[in-house]
Amino acid sequence: MKKQTKLMLNLLLAGLAIALLVTVDMTTKSTSMLRTVLQMGSIYALVAVSMNLLNGFTGLFSLGQAGFMAVGAYTFAIITIPVNAKGGVYYLYGVNDAIKNIALPVIPAMIIAGMVAALFAFLIGAPVLKLKSDYFAIATMGFSEIVRMLIASSGLVTITNGSFGLKKIPGFTSFYSPFIVSAVCIGLIVLIINSSYGRAFKAIREDEIAAEAMGINLARTKILAFVISSFFAGIGGALLAQYLGAITSTTFPVKLTYDILLIVVIGGMGSVTGSIISSFLVIASKEWWLRFLDQEHYIGSFRVPLLKSGFRMVVFSVVLMVVVLFFRRGIMGNNEFSWDRIAARFAGRKKTSETEAESK
Amino acid sequence: MSLTTFLQHCLTGISIGSIYALIAIGYTMVYGILRLINFAHGDIFMMAAYFMIFAMVDFMIPWYISFIIVIAGTILLGITIERIAYAPLRSSPRMSIMISAIGVSYFLQNLATYLFSALPKSYPSIPFLNNTIKLGEVSTSLVTFITPVLTVGLVFVLIFLINHTKIGMAMRAVSRDFETSKLMGIKIDRVISITFAIGCFLAAVGSVLYFTPRPSVYPLAGSLPGLKCFIAAVFGGIGSIPGAVVGGFIIGLSETFIKAMGYSEYSDVFTFILLIAVLLFRPTGLFGEKTEEKV
Repeated sequence: MKKQTKLMLNLLLAGLAIALLVTVDMTTKSTSMLRTVLQMGSIYALVAVSMNLLNGFTGLFSLGQAGFMAVGAYTFAIITIPVNAKGGVYYLYGVNDAIKNIALPVIPAMIIAGMVAALFAFLIGAPVLKLKSDYFAIATMGFSEIVRMLIASSGLVTITNGSFGLKKIPGFTSFYSPFIVSAVCIGLIVLIINSSYGRAFKAIREDEIAAEAMGINLARTKILAFVISSFFAGIGGALLAQYLGAITSTTFPVKLTYDILLIVVIGGMGSVTGSIISSFLVIASKEWWLRFLDQEHYIGSFRVPLLKSGFRMVVFSVVLMVVVLFFRRGIMGNNEFSWDRIAARFAGRKKTSETEAESK
Repeated sequence: MSLTTFLQHCLTGISIGSIYALIAIGYTMVYGILRLINFAHGDIFMMAAYFMIFAMVDFMIPWYISFIIVIAGTILLGITIERIAYAPLRSSPRMSIMISAIGVSYFLQNLATYLFSALPKSYPSIPFLNNTIKLGEVSTSLVTFITPVLTVGLVFVLIFLINHTKIGMAMRAVSRDFETSKLMGIKIDRVISITFAIGCFLAAVGSVLYFTPRPSVYPLAGSLPGLKCFIAAVFGGIGSIPGAVVGGFIIGLSETFIKAMGYSEYSDVFTFILLIAVLLFRPTGLFGEKTEEKV
């Protein structure tokens, strides 16, 4: 397929996505489920892609994503809650003088949130990245839990408001903001993945020792991947804070990391488009399409068995286990969405797509 | 701190530490053989507590029969999980098995929420275990006293099993070299099932001892103790049973004393910092073996 046609098709796809968003914005009420799912989907897409950068592309199995999101979300909340609302938020313990008069606009605040998360990643990265696969996973998970406990602890009460959490966080200015932020951030991540840094990440994933022999500075490259991933996780956390409007330390449990990890796995480790597609799918089915499983249903006078509160999550986790066990490559494997493949499929030349996949 | 309160805290610490030790052994044995962090172990521990409630409250079965039912149920659960979720992935990369373990943990938590609701359920009290006894100045409930004794007994039995029986020899062989022991005619699947059975048996015993002095069980009750016990296993050197026991005791004692000094909200933070510190300065733990990476 020619490059020009591909460009046209890509533009067409982007145009369609924008048109879809505009239609949704025009036609649905502000409480509509579709809006919720799309907004949350875009936030999760960003976080999932940032986790994929680390787990799928660099081969570092991190379980600290919720911790970095918490750092981002809290930083964002602390520096954006309007000055006159601060008294109400911190009514119980009082506000720390250092943050009393700070209320930044949203965009710089989000960048700062990302930077603070990245700083944390940089500080713990140097020691923690020395550990091997599963020890690294446990250490990052430990970090995430420490962050969560410290946020709720009494030592930081004038900054984080302890276990009461923060509220009155400014929300999205328009329906489109989470989409724009996510799209820009994911675009940046894709640029990084396609750069020479991205190739270094993939080399480390395939074989650390060989990568080192080829002249890649292991320690530096790993830290870079960790810091970049945490930066975007921090921004994702900030988006989540805006979306929710109120956060506590229990908003970011280990389970949140698991949720994101499972989105990444369903989408395919090492596929950005896979992560994006699967986060929309997972969020839509979790929050919307499978909701009916939580209510009791009657057909005539016959009560449909099994359906009661909580069944949705059981079904959901069974689906996840099936994906993990039988469709290990997820939706996209480690391929990206490409027009060539679709064209090949339509032309019935399945063979070419297979040989192409092998040559990749 | 007077001597009596000091002894009191010591006893509490040793008691909770020995429960951690029991669960940590489950982590360490599975890791030793499969090189897998069994993220679901804490949730198996939680399910064992629900089995007890189920047997004693819903079916009114006396405690000694319930106890056997709980152990049997937990072992069955553990072996089923291994067969369904871990066995098919034996030859795939370690990351896949770990993700599968996380999936199982996620599934068990959701299943427990569905079956038993997210609200805490009160744990049945076993009459004689809650009796108060006096040891000199120190008064405590019987369960606090029995726990360490039972743990030490079980650990000795386990060490004997591993060092002096045929199945123990097979376990040691499998943990040393998976492929070679397969070639030597060891039935790997059987060894792994028995390992899971032992781990789950200890988790079931630990669960009864852990929840008896505590008021209630809820679906996430297993995740934090599970993590702490994993830390205990790492601290002692993963793969080593004495290491897991020592790690459990150290974490139990330090946690109790931090709480006693009035910093209870930091006790878990301390445990996690301990984990990261151990991983940084001695990644193989106190008793762990060094492994070298080959190209």
